[in-house]
Amino acid sequence: MKENINSKQYSNSRQKEPKSAKIQTRIFKYSTLIGLGIFALIILYPLFWMLISSFKSYDEIYSDVWNLPSTWNFSNYTLAWEQGIQNYFINSLYVTGFAILITVTIGSMAAFTLSRYRNRWIDIALLFIIGGLMMNPQVALIPLFEILTFFNLIDTRWALILTYVAYRLPLTIILIRAFFLTVPKELSESALLDGCSEFGIYRRIYLPLSIPVVVTTVILNAFFAWNEFLFATVFINSSDLKTIPSGLMVFRDALRTDWGVLLSGMVIASIPMIILLIFLQKYLVRGLAEGSVKG
Amino acid sequence: MNKKFPLTPILFLLPSVFFLAVFIYIPLVQNFYNSFFDFNVFSNSKEFVGLAQIQKLFQDDVVMVSIMNNFKYAIISVIFQIFFALILASILEDKLFRKVAPTLRVIYFIPVMISISVIALLFSFIYNPQMGLLNSFLELVGLDTLTRPWLGNSTSAIYSVIAMSQWQSIGLITMLFIVAIQKIPNELYEAADIDGAGRIRKFFSVTLPQVKETMFVNLLITVTGSILVFNEPFILTNGGPGNSSMTLAVHMYQTGFSRDNMGYASTIATLTFLLSAIFALIQIKVSKTGKED
Repeated sequence: MKENINSKQYSNSRQKEPKSAKIQTRIFKYSTLIGLGIFALIILYPLFWMLISSFKSYDEIYSDVWNLPSTWNFSNYTLAWEQGIQNYFINSLYVTGFAILITVTIGSMAAFTLSRYRNRWIDIALLFIIGGLMMNPQVALIPLFEILTFFNLIDTRWALILTYVAYRLPLTIILIRAFFLTVPKELSESALLDGCSEFGIYRRIYLPLSIPVVVTTVILNAFFAWNEFLFATVFINSSDLKTIPSGLMVFRDALRTDWGVLLSGMVIASIPMIILLIFLQKYLVRGLAEGSVKG
Repeated sequence: MNKKFPLTPILFLLPSVFFLAVFIYIPLVQNFYNSFFDFNVFSNSKEFVGLAQIQKLFQDDVVMVSIMNNFKYAIISVIFQIFFALILASILEDKLFRKVAPTLRVIYFIPVMISISVIALLFSFIYNPQMGLLNSFLELVGLDTLTRPWLGNSTSAIYSVIAMSQWQSIGLITMLFIVAIQKIPNELYEAADIDGAGRIRKFFSVTLPQVKETMFVNLLITVTGSILVFNEPFILTNGGPGNSSMTLAVHMYQTGFSRDNMGYASTIATLTFLLSAIFALIQIKVSKTGKED
């Protein structure tokens, strides 16, 4: 591989000796590596600092910014967990779980219809759903607050679940529909001849064939619901019902100077998504890329 | 269609249509409607005030400050997240860095996965004037003169917030560019090799034209995101000190939920929506004319 690059550089600047081209490539390589390394450090160091400081006492965080903790206070973690994170964690699991379940179920059903039929009404429905991608939660905040108040849903977990479902549906439907379109028509036609119902075709043929795209949408929606901040802050008042992102704010105000405990809470909040990144990187990246291009 | 349209497909579609109608489209229309009224959270009736709220919008200095901050956000984000991320992506896809690229990719992507409230709390530690990492670092390398209360200073506050956003989002845009670069047929690069094109030449004549579409999408994400930005300034500075780091969405939130002036907050939301829609339309238009070339 190296030879290849060098010879190419050589032919580019014919009057130069191959040796100098080689040196040039090498200088380029190492200086770029240093740059990449510095950038990686800028990204990682704050996170590393968060991790080590979460074991420190307040005094140590304040007076000794750079060093490792003199004693590792694991109690920060138990304190954080007991003083509220536990609650927020469970709420986040609840909200994320139901939001994913509903979004993927009704989204895949809609995608089924939108991929199997073609007429004027279906086109309108498709436009209606794609149009949903253009709308932003920030702009709808006040009317949503009114609507949720009207349904008596403000300050319940369902205020978050229902709104998350709505704002995640367009992308979910578009991704699943694109996959459904690739399912061969013959499969459903022969199933129809065998007396299979429409629902049967959806459940027995389309869904099982689409596991990869379903996994992608599950991950994308988990990522969204776990980290969503605006709705979680505005629609939930009781500290008991808050999810992790908004709960951390309550936590900060309640703890005041107990920084070690706050940092422990922040670490706990981040762990599930980092695990997701490490193990399901492929699905996640593909989903984000497809989602953004189609959006 | 001659075949009788079965009932099941319609039933399949209904729940989704219902969710979108109730939670996306009705709120949008409602928001326009609300812009002409004066009301607060617990009032039972809305008082029609016509164009008074819109008039107020033009006399509101905070709106001007917010728009300027949103523009600063957009410009800086485009520089870092479009130009820098594209260069970063093409370096990571270069054969020379094949060994380290997968690890670096994951490292750069980690902040994207972490909740914005964790990131913002972390940065409030970093920017802390007494023990913050940033000031401690500057003192360590002898740049004491540069230290300042980053978030407490009305000149630096908005830039500190913007800097945090770059730190968090650059990994996402880089990843989107990487996916786009991986889709470029290898033959194009081989052909460029045969023509004796160097690294920089290949970037401009192969990579850049091939990722054009992704670039427009990323531009759209970045610019509309900057106009709508809420979480970062809200958590870090809540628009302060004074109104120096106010953005439209934070101004809207404060007007509606802290000062309980829902009507005027709706008007600000409408302005935000129109601004983001105009930018989106311009970009879509430009990207289409680009394609016809």
